[in-house]
Amino acid sequence: MNLLDVIGPVMIGPSSSHTAGAVRLGLLAISILGEQPVKADIALHGSFARTYRGHGTDMALLAGLMGWMPDDARIPEADIYAEQNGIQYNFSTIDLGELTHPNTVRFQLEGASGKTCTVTGSSIGGGQVRVTEIDDFPVELNGALPGVLIVHKDRPGVIALVSGKLSEYKINIAGMRVFRTNKGGSATMIIECDQTVPEEAIKALKETKNVESVRFINKVL
Amino acid sequence: MVNDKLSLEKYIELAQKENKALYEVMLADNAKEMDTAPIALEAKLQEMLQVMQESIAFGLTGVKSRSGLTGGSAKALAEAMAKPKYQSLLGPVAQDALVYALAVSEANAAMGRIVAAPTAGASGVLPGVLFALKKHRNLSNIDLQKGLIVAGNIGMVIASRASLSGAMGGCQAECGSAGAMAAGAAVSMLGGTPEQVGHAVAIVLKNMLGLVCDPVAGLVEVPCIKRNGGSAMQALLAAEMALAGIKSFIPADEAIDAMKEVGDKMPCALRETADGGLAHTPTALAWAKRYFSK
Repeated sequence: MNLLDVIGPVMIGPSSSHTAGAVRLGLLAISILGEQPVKADIALHGSFARTYRGHGTDMALLAGLMGWMPDDARIPEADIYAEQNGIQYNFSTIDLGELTHPNTVRFQLEGASGKTCTVTGSSIGGGQVRVTEIDDFPVELNGALPGVLIVHKDRPGVIALVSGKLSEYKINIAGMRVFRTNKGGSATMIIECDQTVPEEAIKALKETKNVESVRFINKVL
Repeated sequence: MVNDKLSLEKYIELAQKENKALYEVMLADNAKEMDTAPIALEAKLQEMLQVMQESIAFGLTGVKSRSGLTGGSAKALAEAMAKPKYQSLLGPVAQDALVYALAVSEANAAMGRIVAAPTAGASGVLPGVLFALKKHRNLSNIDLQKGLIVAGNIGMVIASRASLSGAMGGCQAECGSAGAMAAGAAVSMLGGTPEQVGHAVAIVLKNMLGLVCDPVAGLVEVPCIKRNGGSAMQALLAAEMALAGIKSFIPADEAIDAMKEVGDKMPCALRETADGGLAHTPTALAWAKRYFSK
């Protein structure tokens, strides 16, 4: 915590969790998709579902999907800009269950290249955010550091191979979590790094044995 | 430092020992912690002051919130006070602090650009007090910047010992903390001693202890906007007392710890969930029903 955490950030009101945090969730979602979306289905859960109109959460999410920052004065009219930019969007409400954080959104995005992804994330207070699911895989990502999401087969040695590749490219691992659906089945690794992971490193990771897919997620904060 | 609680009294002692102003020891400490030059930090704070000033101006145009629930009170008050025969109950400084605090809060509710200091919901208090004093006490933006440093560090101490979030600690943690920050800033900008800053902080927290967060329909509008005005008044009365040499029997750090204890004991219904207090009055529930059925 420092002075500028208390005096700041500059943001469009009215709520750090329902507005500024929502912009960041949109930013993180397009960073995961890796391009601007042309189609966005946005489902809101809990307090997001109940109060999104009054808090401008819908505008804030669209703003994030267009790559705007939380202090962009155009946020109140983000819907108009989204239409001009050819983004087909739709808002709905969803019940993700009691245990889900009350400020949660699930994006289903499609990019111009045909790439798709589903991203679920929560605004956890003070503008801080956490992405909890990408394409049905559980993750934990806050957008403060660049990250790599790797889907792989649950086999001995995959983690060592991946971390070895990253070290070849002089990339330091700041945090790492591994999840799996079932033993020997499909697994995911979410790795937060201190450095941006270059194209060649992503390519090398994709060629690693037992790795099925690799996604680079740039930081958004 | 990660797990160490910050202490306002430690800052005060350090300033006294080194015979420096409070903002000086705080600025040096922050620049070191953030690994940045003090001058870069000061430039950032000037940007924040600029945004605060713009948000006052935007609010004074009489903006309405997106829900239609609130808006226009800052403009209405400013217009009433500008009438020739108007007799103010508050006097010039408090009057303007109130108008500015309402203006920024209404700008926030209307999706204007604001500085969350310490939060968006309590963003009117600091600009209210700072810019009223700037106008009536001939302060410069450099003076205001020093005030912001003191305010920010008071907020950091509160965050480390208690919380700045209504969902965690009720409105006492949002508007209460904002008032404490503004009171400390006011005392230091007007030449009070570091010790007097501590007393002003403690007085505001004591006066606002127990305040619950009960927003109508969960929106940052009712009662938030007027509470920003009220909190700015609390800041001024505490600064007035502290500058006159009146002491708080309970020291600042202990008042913050008491605020934390009260917040922990506060039921969830009174912490930003709109399940109690004003949010549960017949008027609020009827409005919320209409709003949610839209």
